[in-house]
Amino acid sequence: MAVRSIENEYAVAEHERVACHDCDLLFRKPRLQPGQKARCPRCGAVLFQRKGGGLDQSLALAFTSLILFMLANAYPLLRMNIAGRVQEGSLLTGIEELNSQGYWEISALVFVVTFLAPLAKLLCLFYVLLPLRLFGLRAPKAVLVFRWTEQLSPWAMTEVFMLGILVAVVKLADLAALAPGIALYSFAGLMVSMAAGDAVLDDHEVWERLEAAGD
Amino acid sequence: MTRHAITAADAGYLLCHCCHLLCRPQPGSIHPRCPRCGAVLHRRKPDSLARTWALTLTAYILYIPANLLPIMTVTMSGRGEPDTIISGVKELIVGGMWPLALLVFFASIVVPVLKLLVMTFLLLSVQFGSHWRPWERTVLYRLTESIGRWSMIDVFVITILVAVVELGALATIEAGPGAVAFGGVVVVTMFAAMSFDPRLIWDRMALKYGKISSHSSPEGAYRMQR
Ligand SMILES: [Zn+2]
Repeated sequence: MAVRSIENEYAVAEHERVACHDCDLLFRKPRLQPGQKARCPRCGAVLFQRKGGGLDQSLALAFTSLILFMLANAYPLLRMNIAGRVQEGSLLTGIEELNSQGYWEISALVFVVTFLAPLAKLLCLFYVLLPLRLFGLRAPKAVLVFRWTEQLSPWAMTEVFMLGILVAVVKLADLAALAPGIALYSFAGLMVSMAAGDAVLDDHEVWERLEAAGD
Repeated sequence: MTRHAITAADAGYLLCHCCHLLCRPQPGSIHPRCPRCGAVLHRRKPDSLARTWALTLTAYILYIPANLLPIMTVTMSGRGEPDTIISGVKELIVGGMWPLALLVFFASIVVPVLKLLVMTFLLLSVQFGSHWRPWERTVLYRLTESIGRWSMIDVFVITILVAVVELGALATIEAGPGAVAFGGVVVVTMFAAMSFDPRLIWDRMALKYGKISSHSSPEGAYRMQR
């Protein structure tokens, strides 16, 4: 049992045991091989999972995602042609247009879940993982930043947005001739690389490394 | 640790909800924090039932304008009709796009309704101390929590349509107030799922059957999977 009283004097941590987050059953911490999962026998929740990707894969995927994210937002999603008039639109023009129509609530919501949250998640990952991987060091406030990263995750909705694009394309196909833009392919790639990043990132491992690393 | 204590709470531990470290607060501490990640520790999510009820009821109320008000209006060559969520699905069916109609129907109508009903059911079952199928109820909770975000599809469709179609007299697409209410339903139900604590389901079980003896204690008996 390790006692770390530097950060606070109230709690001591138990590193040998773990509890189920869904039913609170107490366990001895499993020793897992990479790729293995331990499930709670009482409620079936995944207790522990060794994803075995390591920080290199997580960093590489975060870097790929960041580039695709920039492309996805810098270029138009779709080019539309009605009776000779051409119109292009990107995600950000959609958000602006919603705002100028007076629907700032949805405009803000879409901005947060398709732009701000995914971007913040990627930048936070870089901030935490890069110093940890390169120097074995914990960046200032890295613990707080990684906590945000975990809490941001459900609000980053790139993959849902991708399905939204699909439905929009089909609806528009009736109205006019459509040409996909660079951003459309970038969003598809972003969806894949962010999902792969989630599949590879082992948050238990990151927490353990953060704890072991010095400032 | 005593031989009979099998939940973390029974053994005097608090599980950090953020980094999942098991912590033992010093006696008398009022707001213990996780020594690893610094998150505030709680035995159970604070005021879980009250918060989840409030959010679920808010979602029920928002659900009415979300379905009655138009989510957007498409105007082609001067003529246009407001679309509600359901009329948007109908339009896809009329256009013969069955798979997409099904996708939108599922994401925009089935998922929010099911989510509200499931949350209500879980809340009532915990409130009345039900012992009925705790495992299934926990799985139901996990499903509800993970599926909620997919309801956002329609909001994204509106954003993209509004971005691309802006051709003055030829065609315009305007968002409608129903979209705001619908976005509200999705966000509020996501918060409702987050504030619900599935451990309450199991706490109610322990009240009836008492503590499971060390004989049947499953400590160390995980189901391994590859
Ligand atoms: Zn469990």
